[in-house]
Amino acid sequence: MQIYLPIAEVSVNAFLLLGLGGMVGILSGMFGVGGGFLMTPLLFFIGIPPAVAVATEANQIVASSFSGVLAHFRRRTVDLRMGTVLLTGGLIGAALGVVVFNYLKSLGQVDLLVTLCYVVFLGVVGSLMFIESLNALRKSKKGGGAPAARRQRGWVHAMPFKMRFRTSGLYISVIPPMLVGLCVGVLSAIMGVGGGFIMVPAMIYLLGMPTKVVVGTSLFQIIFVTAFTTMLHATTNYTVDIVLAVLLLVGGVVGAQIGTVIGSRMPAEQLRVLLAALVLVVCGKLALDLLIEPSELFSLGSEGGH
Amino acid sequence: MLKRLTALLILCCTPALAVDEQVVLGLSQDRVAITATFDGSEILIFGAVKRETPIPSGPPLEVIVAVAGPSSPVMVRRKERRLGIWVNTDSVLVDLAPSFYAVATSAPLDDILSDTEDLRYRISIERAIRSVGAAMHIRGAQDFADAVIRIREDEGLYSIRENTVAVDEQTLFRTSIEMPADLTEGDYRARIFLTRGKEVISQFETTIDVRKVGLERFLFNMSRQQPVWYGLMSLVIAIAAGWGASTAFRLLREN
Repeated sequence: MQIYLPIAEVSVNAFLLLGLGGMVGILSGMFGVGGGFLMTPLLFFIGIPPAVAVATEANQIVASSFSGVLAHFRRRTVDLRMGTVLLTGGLIGAALGVVVFNYLKSLGQVDLLVTLCYVVFLGVVGSLMFIESLNALRKSKKGGGAPAARRQRGWVHAMPFKMRFRTSGLYISVIPPMLVGLCVGVLSAIMGVGGGFIMVPAMIYLLGMPTKVVVGTSLFQIIFVTAFTTMLHATTNYTVDIVLAVLLLVGGVVGAQIGTVIGSRMPAEQLRVLLAALVLVVCGKLALDLLIEPSELFSLGSEGGH
Repeated sequence: MLKRLTALLILCCTPALAVDEQVVLGLSQDRVAITATFDGSEILIFGAVKRETPIPSGPPLEVIVAVAGPSSPVMVRRKERRLGIWVNTDSVLVDLAPSFYAVATSAPLDDILSDTEDLRYRISIERAIRSVGAAMHIRGAQDFADAVIRIREDEGLYSIRENTVAVDEQTLFRTSIEMPADLTEGDYRARIFLTRGKEVISQFETTIDVRKVGLERFLFNMSRQQPVWYGLMSLVIAIAAGWGASTAFRLLREN
């Protein structure tokens, strides 16, 4: 069934959108990522104008994250205190990111920089996670399942303004989580994603949070950052397509519920290997687009847009 | 029927001084309503030639129908390999390019329209795009205008369909123009040209009103006029959907 999108001004198949939303929703629930880094390129691919895709995707992430986080609340795997600290940094970062984005847009190279950002971050994050989680898998098979207790030492412990994060079992300074939130906020505004795929590994490896808590906490802060982004896009660029969003999120919220169930039944190490593989696949696809000669060298854009 | 109408038309016309042949036009619809399930539209364009004199001898009458969507400037960028990756380098602003352009003719366009007439009336796709300001310092500036045509032809937005206007007795003509689902709103200009011996002898112009209606209209207006409420509405729907799915699944699992 074809449906005409009022803001995007294109006609698309409604079931295709429902299906895409559902698939990305499952991944979102499993891994605690918003799914924007998958959905946004997919929307470009089916012909949604980039500006509309980025803005509408932010709105859809709000829905799937909210659906996911409720499930985590019931299982008490959301560290509200940590989430709030991350969020504070995240909102400041998102505001900064919008300024940076508009500056890059005036230079006319925003597409390239967005793609490069994707390739670099997805590549680094994906490889690190992949190696680390493979090692963990091997260890747990050999060593009878006694996971090496990760204790954060050194610089994270030496900082002032320490705070106790009971749910995560941490007693660390608020500065590292604040900085993580800030960086992710900047990147999410530039790349048009929730930032979960950076946030999740940062929480595990930099802050040393337990994997089970990481997913819920990440979803919690993503809701607010993406809601903020949606409002920014709706009021400045008028690019949020509510019809597109509804179709995506109906599929998305259902998918997220299924994903959360699957995620809670899988061992954390396997979950991380899968997420790492997924991140690497997307990274590889984007890198190939940069390296291989495109079949159409020219692209059209509206005046002043990107 | 056709013959009688032709005869009637000829009879109506008193023998007069003017050699004028004029277009009398009909459209199957003069407005296109974009609804939520809009899936393209086909417009039937038909008409007759009103003349004050007998049909002139010499080259036959030919008809060209051109429908153009609203025009806007288009930024065209070209990719080049720099440091191993493909990046946008040069860009050219094409001053005005229609969002939709379809030409239907009664014979191959080159056979019925001279270059000078094409230049004057901007009928062929190449002429319908205006890029006077194309920067001279960029090599192959014409490539950029060609790229606009190529990309939009691939998307079905630009088309030239020769031999699709049926002309009866040099008097009645009809054709249909297909409009794709991805239409932008605005006034679409439909122009009809009569040519003889590659010269335009008469032209007629009318507009087709393409508008969003109903829910599409309401949402579009709201997003422009009440962006804050529109944004909040989007968020409320998102939160409600997220909560709804979560609750539904919990109930499902408990039972």
